[in-house]
Amino acid sequence: MNRKIAPPIIDAVDFKLSLKPYEFSSLNNGVPVYSITAGAQEVIQLELVFYAGNWYEKSKGIAAATNSLLKNGTTNRTAFQINEAFEYYGSYCNRSCYNETSVISLHCLTKHLDKLLPVLNDMLLNSIFPDEELEIYKQNSKQRLRVNLQKCEFVAGRLIDSYLYGEAHPYGTYSGMEDIDSLNTADLKAFYKNYYLNGSLAIFVAGSVPANLTAILNEHFGALQLSKPDYSIRQLAILPADERKFRIENDPKAVQGAIRIASLFPNRHHPDFKKIMVLNNVFGGFFGSRLMSNIREEKGYTYGIYSYLQNHMQQSAWLISTEAGKDVCEATIEEIYKEMKLLREEPIEAEELQLVRNYMIGGILGELDGPFQIISKWKNIILNDLEPSYFYESVDAIKTTSAEELMELANKYLVPEKFYELVVY
Amino acid sequence: MIQFEKFTMENGLRVLTHVDKSTPMVVVNVLYDVGARDENPEKTGFAHLFEHLMFGGSVNIPVYDEPLQVAGGENNAYTTNDLTNYYCQLPADNIETAFWLESDRMLSLAFSKKSLEVQRKVVCEEFKEHYINKPYGDVWHKLRELVYTKHPYKWMTIGASLKHIEDATLEDVKAFFHKHYNPSNAILVVAGNVEQEQVKALCEKWFGPIPAGEKYNRNLPVEPKQDSPRFMEVSSDVPLDAIYKCWHIYPRTDDRYYVADLISDILSGGGSSRLFQSLVKEKKLFSNIECYHLGSTDAGIMVIEGKLVKGTDIKEADKAIQAELVRLQKEGISETELEKVKNKTEAAMAFEDMTVMNRASSLAMYELLGDADLINKELNKYQAVTLDNILEQSRIIFDENNCSTLYYLSNNKVN
Repeated sequence: MNRKIAPPIIDAVDFKLSLKPYEFSSLNNGVPVYSITAGAQEVIQLELVFYAGNWYEKSKGIAAATNSLLKNGTTNRTAFQINEAFEYYGSYCNRSCYNETSVISLHCLTKHLDKLLPVLNDMLLNSIFPDEELEIYKQNSKQRLRVNLQKCEFVAGRLIDSYLYGEAHPYGTYSGMEDIDSLNTADLKAFYKNYYLNGSLAIFVAGSVPANLTAILNEHFGALQLSKPDYSIRQLAILPADERKFRIENDPKAVQGAIRIASLFPNRHHPDFKKIMVLNNVFGGFFGSRLMSNIREEKGYTYGIYSYLQNHMQQSAWLISTEAGKDVCEATIEEIYKEMKLLREEPIEAEELQLVRNYMIGGILGELDGPFQIISKWKNIILNDLEPSYFYESVDAIKTTSAEELMELANKYLVPEKFYELVVY
Repeated sequence: MIQFEKFTMENGLRVLTHVDKSTPMVVVNVLYDVGARDENPEKTGFAHLFEHLMFGGSVNIPVYDEPLQVAGGENNAYTTNDLTNYYCQLPADNIETAFWLESDRMLSLAFSKKSLEVQRKVVCEEFKEHYINKPYGDVWHKLRELVYTKHPYKWMTIGASLKHIEDATLEDVKAFFHKHYNPSNAILVVAGNVEQEQVKALCEKWFGPIPAGEKYNRNLPVEPKQDSPRFMEVSSDVPLDAIYKCWHIYPRTDDRYYVADLISDILSGGGSSRLFQSLVKEKKLFSNIECYHLGSTDAGIMVIEGKLVKGTDIKEADKAIQAELVRLQKEGISETELEKVKNKTEAAMAFEDMTVMNRASSLAMYELLGDADLINKELNKYQAVTLDNILEQSRIIFDENNCSTLYYLSNNKVN
């Protein structure tokens, strides 16, 4: 045995990947239900996706506050009783608010599902948004914001989005203390009425799914005044900043700077999107990427550096993000541009491209482990209004995008003039 | 029920196999029985720095990551005060690549000077990112020193100071490797789409020839029983006052550990938990408050930490916490509350076991504790906890002489 010689491998690009199809049904009111039955554990995940993100709010913070306070009181239950109802059965009911959508999710042992759906029904039908609960929410949100504003990476994340999209756009907006102060229950109730009571909903279920799923969901959600969502992508004009370079001092004692380099990029419907995922991986998408190899593993400027495409529906952006020692921030930025230049000027060598392809395919294979991961792939396709073949086309793009095409794409997109540059320290 | 098989190789390497044919992947998890608690007090942060160096090339293979990525795999590692765990996941067809890579770095590292130089810097940036450049980032540095007087849990995994990391030499690296990184101090778990026989053959081929090395015998100073309350106050550029209270609890394998674990769930961990309901919602003294324990192998600590609502007197807030603890000590909890935290534990375990990767690392961790089958037996240990156990332990744990308190005050220079 010679330990210097690697054992033979099968190239991951030769694997056949398949995404398990979902089961589909519609509730009596037209609400679509997508489900995946898989996995050995007797657990289930239910996600209620409402079109009630910050896209729809009239002033800042209303969508997030409404979403959060859905758990804080109904005509039948206090906040404490709602929490206890979920927690008694060891289940988790979480809320999250995004730009277009807002989600209420439930994770529980399947055997307890029937006891928990009535509580969700109550939240969707009878929420009352008590003044006292909103006051606590406002106070605690402000406290959290105070702590976050001291973190350079938090401030950098907010600012870079505002440069890309403009502060008036749902993707670029952020809340200040005064926005939190001006939240009031009347606005929340109106938002609840428009976007939850009379809103549009899609349901995603995964795990050990009961055979009579549609009947159970119909019982609790099928009679609500809800409709099927229109998945077509909404468009709102963006207003990017004119200035491109920003250096912001946030904390005089900072020992690191939060670096964000970002450029607008089309959404997933653009023909370049799938191929760009390959280029992004070469550039900064994983631990073996060029940025990581150079800036962490060669120079030791940072604990980690990544590039990624933002997960937005309408309009995306390509970002490079890192926290680097204060004295090496400018050197780090210089290296980032150097890596862009290399990708524009020299084709990626066959060996490196093969590594990245195999790594990406292996990664997808790993991501298909378990029902929650499978439904999340489908949810992405459905909510972004993509063709069902999107998954397979993405796999094809990984297998076939050539070094020449990647160099062309680098020349089209990895151009420093297109990028915003920000350091917060 | 999680099925597994175990065998021990002649060189002392313990091997566990968990077969799951529903996944196309395989996980290879190597746990080394060494953590920050095994470090020289003058050279802390070493176990973790060493973890970084394990990716800097081994005796026959110049780089670790690339061959694994070519095989469609990915990997990571973590270090705690108790252990160091390395794991990779790759398509099952390419399993041998993982055996090749993991066995070579168990055999010997390349001990590259360049790798040490770079990783020292990387770890210093990690230190800054997580423990210096963040509000409240240094709190655990202070708390550990307050709570532990003798036991090496008194320093953080990242190290007691940046200087210890900056001063690490290649000689230190070699000595550490020879002391801790050998088959008799390691546990290998292979999980996923494999056959038992295949694992045995691969183990014989790749790990069999590695010399056993010397078994490291741990002999750590025991933390003496705390006999009076401890208190520390610091003031810093943070926006809000915060309070941290710690109490010594039990080793991970002690039956009373399970009681302590459930007590932390009674007090916090959800919107219906006692501290949240009483102190955030009703009394409005805190904007958030949590109770948890560190889950360490040797006797660990229970922690309550919270951030105060601006304008609240910290002594009043502290008293309110104590009042909740006294209520627990006097009245105990209801049958329903006990059922609730047991249900929560059952569900949490089911969710945790969903991925092959989690099952692999849990098996390794339980084997380190002495019995891999704890993965199947632990739920019963939680189910066996009684109302009386909770009452008794809440009186013992929350004794004021067992308590260390840190007031982390805002000097109001920010916001």
